[in-house]
Amino acid sequence: MRYLQSIGEYFLMLKGVFGRMTKRNVLKELIFKEIDELIIGSLGIVAFLSFFIGGVVALQTALNLNNPLIPKSLIAFAARQSIILEFSPTFISIIMAGKVGSFITSSIGSMRVTEQIDALEVMGINSLNYLIFPKIIAMFTYPFLIAISMFLGVMGAYTAAVMGGFVPADVFLQGLQEEFDPFHLFYAFFKTFLFAFILATIPSYYGYYMEGGSLEVGKASTTSFVWTSVVIIVTNYVVTQLLLS
Amino acid sequence: MIEVKGLQKSFDDEHILRGIDFVFETGRTNLIIGQSGSGKSVLMKCMLGLFTPDEGTIEYDGKPYSTFSDEQKRELRQEMGMLFQGGALFDSMTVEENVMFPLRMFTNKKKKELKTRVDEVLERVNLVDSGRKYPAEISGGMQKRVAIARAIVNRPKYLFCDEPNSGLDPRTATVIDNLIHELTVEYDITTVVITHDMNSVLEIGENIAFLKDGVLAWKGDKSQIFKTEDETVTDFVYSSDLFKKVRDAQQQGL
Repeated sequence: MRYLQSIGEYFLMLKGVFGRMTKRNVLKELIFKEIDELIIGSLGIVAFLSFFIGGVVALQTALNLNNPLIPKSLIAFAARQSIILEFSPTFISIIMAGKVGSFITSSIGSMRVTEQIDALEVMGINSLNYLIFPKIIAMFTYPFLIAISMFLGVMGAYTAAVMGGFVPADVFLQGLQEEFDPFHLFYAFFKTFLFAFILATIPSYYGYYMEGGSLEVGKASTTSFVWTSVVIIVTNYVVTQLLLS
Repeated sequence: MIEVKGLQKSFDDEHILRGIDFVFETGRTNLIIGQSGSGKSVLMKCMLGLFTPDEGTIEYDGKPYSTFSDEQKRELRQEMGMLFQGGALFDSMTVEENVMFPLRMFTNKKKKELKTRVDEVLERVNLVDSGRKYPAEISGGMQKRVAIARAIVNRPKYLFCDEPNSGLDPRTATVIDNLIHELTVEYDITTVVITHDMNSVLEIGENIAFLKDGVLAWKGDKSQIFKTEDETVTDFVYSSDLFKKVRDAQQQGL
C-alpha cells in the first residue's frame, strides 16, 4: 500500500513539475547551472571508470580466449558489444544514481529541512517546476556523457589489448567493425534517455517529499540510490526485451 | 489589514483552530503569542494560503481569500513577505542574490535597477558590506536581517515573521524586533509576528492575539498584557523567572 502511495505521489509530482513554469530567463540560468553540476561535474569519474573498465573487459576476454580456433578479433568485438550495449548506458547510470542521484536528493532534502522550499511556495513560485524541471532538461544532455563513456571504454580496450600485446592493432580495429549493427546504438541511446529521466526524477521525489532533519536527508539519499538503481535495472530489462529480442 | 473571522482548522480528529476572530491592523506590529501547540503556526499558514481553513474566512483589505481566482492568489502571494524561523535563505546564492531573488522572479526590471533596489534594502538593514558573502559566512543575526531584506525588497503589503528571534542573543533579538517595527511603520505594512519571547511583546507588541488550545483567549497591547488579571495570560507571561521577579518587586514597592 505504501509503495502504491509513493508511485501515486511520484506521478502527481511530475504533473506539478510540468505545471506553472518559472520565468524563462531564470529557468535558462538554472538549466546551465544543472548541466554544469550534474553532467560536466561527472565527466572525470565517468571518463576514468570507462577507460579502465573498457581495458579490463578486453583483458578478461583476451585472457580467457585459449582456443586457437577463435579469432583474436573477438576481443575487440566483445569489448565493443559489452561497452555499447550494457556497460556505458546501464552501469554508468547506476554509478550516476550514486553520484548525481544522491546529490539531487540531498540538495533538495536540505532545502526542505531548512524551509527553503516553503520560502519558494510562500513567494508564489511553483517549487516543483523551479527545482526539478531544470534537472530534467539538464539530464537530456546525459547521452553526450554516455557517448564519451563509450568512446573512452573502447579506447581503454584498445590500449589494454594492443599495448598489452594480446592482439595486433589492425586485427583489433577489424574486430571493432565486425557485424556492427547501428540499431544497437539506437537501443543504447534510447535507454540512456529513459535512464536520464529516471536519474533526474526519482532522486528529486525522495528529496522533495522527505520529512525530518539532517539524519533523514542521509536516509533519503540512500533510499533514493536503491530505488533509482532498481528502476534502472527493471527498465533496462523491459527495454531490452522489447527492442532486442 | 487582514481580518480573520470564525477560523477553524482540524487535522484528522484534532481541532487546532476553534473559531478565531481577529483583526491584524495595517502599519502596526501584530503579535500572535501562546504556548507551543496553541495553533499559532497553523493560523499563520492559513493566512499565507498554505493551509485551507475548514470554516471561516480570511479577508485581505476587505476581500475574502476564498473568492480569489488562482491568478489573484498568486498576485496576493507576491504581495507577501515572509521571515522564516531559520531565515530560509538559499544557501547556494550570495546575500545579494538572495535579496534580488523575488525581484528577478516577479519584475522585468534591468539588472542595474535591481542592483540599486537591493543596495537600498541592504543599506536599510545595515548589511551593505555583506552582499557578496554566502549565508554560511555570516552570523545568525545577519542571516535574519538578510531574510528581512528579502521579505521587504518587493515592497510587500503583508509581512509575516515566524519566531524572528529564535536562536539569537537578547541584544540581536532587540535589533531584529526594532527593525521589524520600523519597517512596518515606514512601509505601512500589515505585519504579523509569531513569538514566544516576552521581550518582543514588551518591545513591539502593538496588537496582540493570545491563543490557547486553538482559541483566542485574550487580545490587547503591550501595556495591557502586563496589567491583565486573566489567569491564562498571566500564567504565560510570568512563566519566565525574570518577569516574575520584576512583578514581585513591583508589588513589594521595590
